[in-house]
Amino acid sequence: MTYLRVNTGLIIAALLLTLVGCGETRPQHRAVYLLMDTSGTYTEELAKAQGIMNYLLATLDSGDAVAVARIDSGSFSEKDIVAKATFDERPSVANQQKRAFKQQLDVYVKSVRHGSRHTDITGGLLQASEFLNETGAGEKYVLVFSDLEEDLEKGHIRDFPIALEGIRVVALNVTKLRTDNIDPRDYLRRLEAWQKRVVEGGGQWAVMNDLERLDQLIAAR
Amino acid sequence: MPTELIHLWSDNAAASLAIWLFVLVLAMYLGRSQSHALLQALARSIYRSARLGARALSRAQQQLRERNRAVLQSAGEQQLQRAIEREFVRVNSIITRDLAHYPSLHRQISDTVSKIEKDYEAAIDTPPMPPAWVEVVETVAAIPRSGDAAVAKILDKIHETVESAQAESLQAYQKSSQVSHKLLSRMQPLWRKLDGDLADVKQRVDSLEDRASVIDGFMTEYRAIRSGAQEAMARLTSSSLTQFFVSALVLIIAVFGGLINFQLIAMPMSEMVGGTSYIGAMKTSDIAALVIIMVEIAMGLFLLESLRITHLFPMIGSMDDKMRRRMVWITFTILTVLATIEASLAYMRDLLALDREALKQSLAGASVVEANFRWIPSVGQMVMGFVLPFALAFVAIPLESFIQSTRTVLGMFAEATLKVLAVVCRLLGAVVQQMVRFIIHLYDLVIMVPLAFERWISAGRARMAKSNDSRTEPGLDYSEV
Repeated sequence: MTYLRVNTGLIIAALLLTLVGCGETRPQHRAVYLLMDTSGTYTEELAKAQGIMNYLLATLDSGDAVAVARIDSGSFSEKDIVAKATFDERPSVANQQKRAFKQQLDVYVKSVRHGSRHTDITGGLLQASEFLNETGAGEKYVLVFSDLEEDLEKGHIRDFPIALEGIRVVALNVTKLRTDNIDPRDYLRRLEAWQKRVVEGGGQWAVMNDLERLDQLIAAR
Repeated sequence: MPTELIHLWSDNAAASLAIWLFVLVLAMYLGRSQSHALLQALARSIYRSARLGARALSRAQQQLRERNRAVLQSAGEQQLQRAIEREFVRVNSIITRDLAHYPSLHRQISDTVSKIEKDYEAAIDTPPMPPAWVEVVETVAAIPRSGDAAVAKILDKIHETVESAQAESLQAYQKSSQVSHKLLSRMQPLWRKLDGDLADVKQRVDSLEDRASVIDGFMTEYRAIRSGAQEAMARLTSSSLTQFFVSALVLIIAVFGGLINFQLIAMPMSEMVGGTSYIGAMKTSDIAALVIIMVEIAMGLFLLESLRITHLFPMIGSMDDKMRRRMVWITFTILTVLATIEASLAYMRDLLALDREALKQSLAGASVVEANFRWIPSVGQMVMGFVLPFALAFVAIPLESFIQSTRTVLGMFAEATLKVLAVVCRLLGAVVQQMVRFIIHLYDLVIMVPLAFERWISAGRARMAKSNDSRTEPGLDYSEV
């Protein structure tokens, strides 16, 4: 009889353990990091970045993480993160978080008066990969809202490979510079160079200039 | 490798192939009887195996048919037993409800009869009219008044007295007649009442007769099923198939109802158990919503079982009435609580949808517009959330029907499959036999040249033997010696 009880207890314990094990959160969540270029005339494009972020907020669900950071003269810094959030598992709370996030971003965009003197895209990417890896999300995206023209401050070292395993880097709204109009190969070379860096770092590269096609940006569930 | 083989005998492919052909034909000719025996043995074994298999399948089909018949018979018997039981309950209720009042009805009728009797007796007490009053008056009036004034006066007086006595008597008679009429008219409603009471009794007896004839019908059918009559079994099979399709249809409808129910509560469930947790590949909130629906269906099953509408759990059916009634109340209460929870979840879903819509509008830069009559869909969702669990509770009825008819349908399907397999086995055996015959003929066709040669030699030998026989003495048969 005791033997039977012990056996039943063991079976129940095993079942409970299995259920608890099954109940763990699966790494299916998404994490998105939006890098906004704030250099020179690109500040004028920030309204578009706001639109993208609004689209993202409407797309992301409970458990997903999102962050917005600016590309500054030295972007590898926590200070450059404008807003970040991991949405609560309760939909109503997640909605409140989204509202707060939007407000933060609106305040920031309004406050931007002058662009930064230099453009440290690599630093921003490093910061993004660090953030995304920390979230432990299943799908990781870095959205780079920039003309992709890197202009480093003297003394900054960025010519090393960036670890971007499992991260999808999407260049958004890559505006053409005046020199690109003279020789479009500059534009193509710039894109190619970034693609090479991202792919060599283990990431995936994509370019999306037509913001009307935002629905293709993030894998729909 | 094949090209090497082709050129084994000669560099010339045609010559080499011819040699190969010769070798093959020779080999086939030499091994003809063995090959034929092998092929025939193979055909025989396959044919016999197929026949054996077909016989085994036919036997299995026969057994299955008997089992199906037994299942069908038992189901039909049970169904009829239940119907007869129900009819007896009805008869019992008629007897207890209607005929239990029969003594009082009888007393009522006998009271009415005695009242009528009494009134009747009172009515016949009326004194009859004196028979000769008119004659007396006429006789007195006709007596001649012969001059004597005194006599005439006396006669007139007598006449007057008689007349007034007649008038009084008539008046008394009329009065007593009126009383009799009054008594008789008072009897009329009593007659009517009596007639009504008797009609009532007749109706009750008639309804009992109806029930008795229904029971008779059921009993006849029951006997037919017990005896395994072909017609009754065919009727049961057809009824089973109809039940199967109808219950399947209702179950499909119930599944759709369940899906709508799921949609109502799955999203708000993420507010309660979280929207980021998964069990396997499914969201925990979805599983929680499904569990609620399943529990509702289970409660519905228990409720209908306790009410003895379904008979899926014999243990519940055999509980004592007190316990069963308790179970009815418990399951009904749980079902109501779950329905209330669903209604509140449906309301929450509406609120969440509103909140999400407002967020989307604000993200799109549009001002949030408050829609008119928003309460209508909210109330509609709440009502749906409350009603659907009760509607799903009735799934137990088609489910029981589906389970019972599935046994028969599956049995019939298995029987048909076995029958087809047996036919296929038989066909396979016959086909293999014919194929082997064909192969043997084909074999002989390949070696027709040496065969023809052999036949020619045999014929020559036969001819020679015949000519030798004709040279020997006639009538003497050496073989007999």
